[in-house]
Amino acid sequence: PFKRYVEIGRVALVNYGKDYGQLVVIVDVIDQNRALVDAPDMVRCQMNFKRLSLTDITINIKRVPKKKTLIAAMEAADVKNKWENSSWGRKLIVQKRRASLNDFDRFKLMLAKIKRGGLIRQELAKLKKQNSF
Amino acid sequence: MVTYKFHQYQVVGRALPSETDEHPKIYRMKLWATNEVRAKSKFWYFLRKLKKVKKSNGQMLAINEIFEKSPTKIKNYGIWLRYQSRTGYHNMYKEYRDTTLNGAVEQMYTEMASRHRVRHHCIQIIKTATIPAKLCKRESTKQFHNSKIKFPLVHRTVRPPTRKLKTTYKASRPNLFM
Repeated sequence: PFKRYVEIGRVALVNYGKDYGQLVVIVDVIDQNRALVDAPDMVRCQMNFKRLSLTDITINIKRVPKKKTLIAAMEAADVKNKWENSSWGRKLIVQKRRASLNDFDRFKLMLAKIKRGGLIRQELAKLKKQNSF
Repeated sequence: MVTYKFHQYQVVGRALPSETDEHPKIYRMKLWATNEVRAKSKFWYFLRKLKKVKKSNGQMLAINEIFEKSPTKIKNYGIWLRYQSRTGYHNMYKEYRDTTLNGAVEQMYTEMASRHRVRHHCIQIIKTATIPAKLCKRESTKQFHNSKIKFPLVHRTVRPPTRKLKTTYKASRPNLFM
């Protein structure tokens, strides 16, 4: 019934607090509620499990690895690409892109949407004509 | 890092020199207090109980805060304490898993308050030590001494990422499966 476990090497997404949106690796478990967590660009720190959303990605590390070993293991498991190609990762990237649009981008988006809607309606009209016979 | 309420101080003091005693013995204590003023006060409280010296006829020589040497290493802390319950004084030994000693002490204070309704001024810390994993006595700390530890998070509460986005009503029921 459970597929994602808290284990050493599990990659998680921070969903609350200062490091919101960062991918971190669980390197050790302190107790029932907290884990020691590490990422290539941050100091190793403790985090409550309530702030973490577990992902499907795990990497192969031993308990509390050195920073270099951690980075090497993350490269070996190709965490970045796996994340960016997963549906969850892609959704987050799209959300970020949408949030960072400026007014001109939104204008371009509006034009693109209208164009796409027009094309869809053309095809629909063609199909309707065919089926009405 | 998390801000800890209780800081660890090293306080050094002695009685004032007098004609009978030119060089009185110097005493050093390691205490937990929320700030330096409280630490000094605690120092005199304990010293009064051990030696015939009070703040009025003593002098403070040094007070330094002690910081954690390795705050990213998980350690098992054992804390020996003496606390006052409604019926008398009791000794206790408690174990905590934490990265810093200040964190473990804070855990201890909150646990004593919740489990035994003991407020922090009724607790005296006798001794603290980092315990190697072999010598831990409590099952609840020993269960984490597993290099292949693995457990699922059973109940996922969906939280808005900032307090600002909190709403009283939601459109749909949350999915609690991780």
